[in-house]
Amino acid sequence: MRTVVDLTRCQGYAQCVFLAPAVFELHGEEGLLYATAVPDDQEERVRQAAAACPVQAILLGEEVKSGAR
Amino acid sequence: MPDDLKDGRIVIVGASLAGLRAAEALREEGFTGSLTVVGDEPHAPYDRPPLSKQVLLGQATAQTTELPMRRDPDAEWRLGVRATGLDLLEKRVLLEDGESLPYDRVLIATGTRARPWPHKEEAALEGVFTLRSREDGAGLADRLAARPERVLVIGGGFTGSEIASACRELGVQVTVTERGPAPLVGALGGTLSKLAAVMQRNHGVDLRTGVTVTALNGNGAFTGARLSDGSRVDADVCVAALGAIRNVEWLAESGLAAGPRGIACDAGCRAFNMYGIVTDDVFVAGDVSRFPHPLFGYQMLSLEHWGNAVEQAEVAAHNMVNPGPLRRPHLAVPVFWSTQFGLNIKSVGVPTYSDHIVIAQGSLEARRLAMVYGYKGRVTAAVTVDMAKSLDYYRHLIESAAPFPPPPGAADRAIAADVTIPSDVPDPSVLSHGPTVALTGHLPDRRLTVV
Repeated sequence: MRTVVDLTRCQGYAQCVFLAPAVFELHGEEGLLYATAVPDDQEERVRQAAAACPVQAILLGEEVKSGAR
Repeated sequence: MPDDLKDGRIVIVGASLAGLRAAEALREEGFTGSLTVVGDEPHAPYDRPPLSKQVLLGQATAQTTELPMRRDPDAEWRLGVRATGLDLLEKRVLLEDGESLPYDRVLIATGTRARPWPHKEEAALEGVFTLRSREDGAGLADRLAARPERVLVIGGGFTGSEIASACRELGVQVTVTERGPAPLVGALGGTLSKLAAVMQRNHGVDLRTGVTVTALNGNGAFTGARLSDGSRVDADVCVAALGAIRNVEWLAESGLAAGPRGIACDAGCRAFNMYGIVTDDVFVAGDVSRFPHPLFGYQMLSLEHWGNAVEQAEVAAHNMVNPGPLRRPHLAVPVFWSTQFGLNIKSVGVPTYSDHIVIAQGSLEARRLAMVYGYKGRVTAAVTVDMAKSLDYYRHLIESAAPFPPPPGAADRAIAADVTIPSDVPDPSVLSHGPTVALTGHLPDRRLTVV
């Protein structure tokens, strides 16, 4: 599973950092860095983080499989 | 008739952020026809911003930055195949393998590539990088992980500054050269560029401004560079962060209005041909586009922004499957972010479209502020440093053409909130780093000066 944070929206509320600290990390006061590949054992926490994000900036999903249709 | 637009054949050229989001949006808009996405890179659509941040820091690998799909767009993905031409009359996308794809409507989202170091042999030295693709990110991350003695970054734009920030965080020595007076000056103007310079130096960056690199040295492998002030920099890794080149060459024979600034399109993302006549079956989105914006004097804007790629792709997709009266304009206010040296810098509007600024909240000393940019008495942009929650307020001021300096609105308003100072935006031609926002219209009060 992959994640991307729309950092255009992100305002640094950091709810995701509390809910899934292994995936989301604050860099300084409000800059967000995150692991792009979600480890299997973190999926539930990342789902919670995505749901809790006040500006709904976290997107989770599968990547495109090459040649797919 | 409208139903016909929901069917047929759509080809998207470009399989990065704009291409993927357009493909998803076409299905969300009810398109049921055949959808093909062509991409020259042999990878599924991936996200590039992490390549200059998490990937260099080793917190993510370049191989795992694929973009998650919001929904499966049920498309045929032609990845690793370059488009070589567009036949507007026959309505076909020509591919490098000799095949051609017929279309009813086509979306061009071919984006940009890194501007390479101009001297070919020097650019080919082992240890000389640019940073745009997944391979670039993986290669540079490997070199940084191997603890080089010193990294030379040529160009103090956002990418160059983020690379320098990552180097310092990894404990690697880094020199940044910038032809302009300070880093980020091309995007943010004089005042914030001074803060950027202080941040770099405080974090141990060897920042050289007002100089150019005249030669990269090395016998097979990069060993250092000569600068225009006569000095030398010994380094074993070099990153040319010189801005971007728009991927338009494949359209040279197409008859579209495609050039170094991008492909001109109308507010509805429809491409213009070279006579300035708008097409109705060729659409453009993302970094490769150049579009008029009413908030900035209807000048044609070229934006290298993540958020613009998403928003413009969605508008293009909507307009590709809806008839004229239901079409939407792409009017989103540009938003941009950068994380470097522990600061979160966000921008809304077009800071280079300005003559004066005020610090409306916070202060430079606190490294936490909101700076508002004005042009001829109107708010045109704002930049926040570690104050992202304020950005929406300023976006509203820009959208509503609020007077500049802005009226009081924020609780923690700075003492200097109504002291305007010149925005000091330099001519982009004097900088090492290419602008990430380019105003490409005619500005009678800005004249090019030859340096």
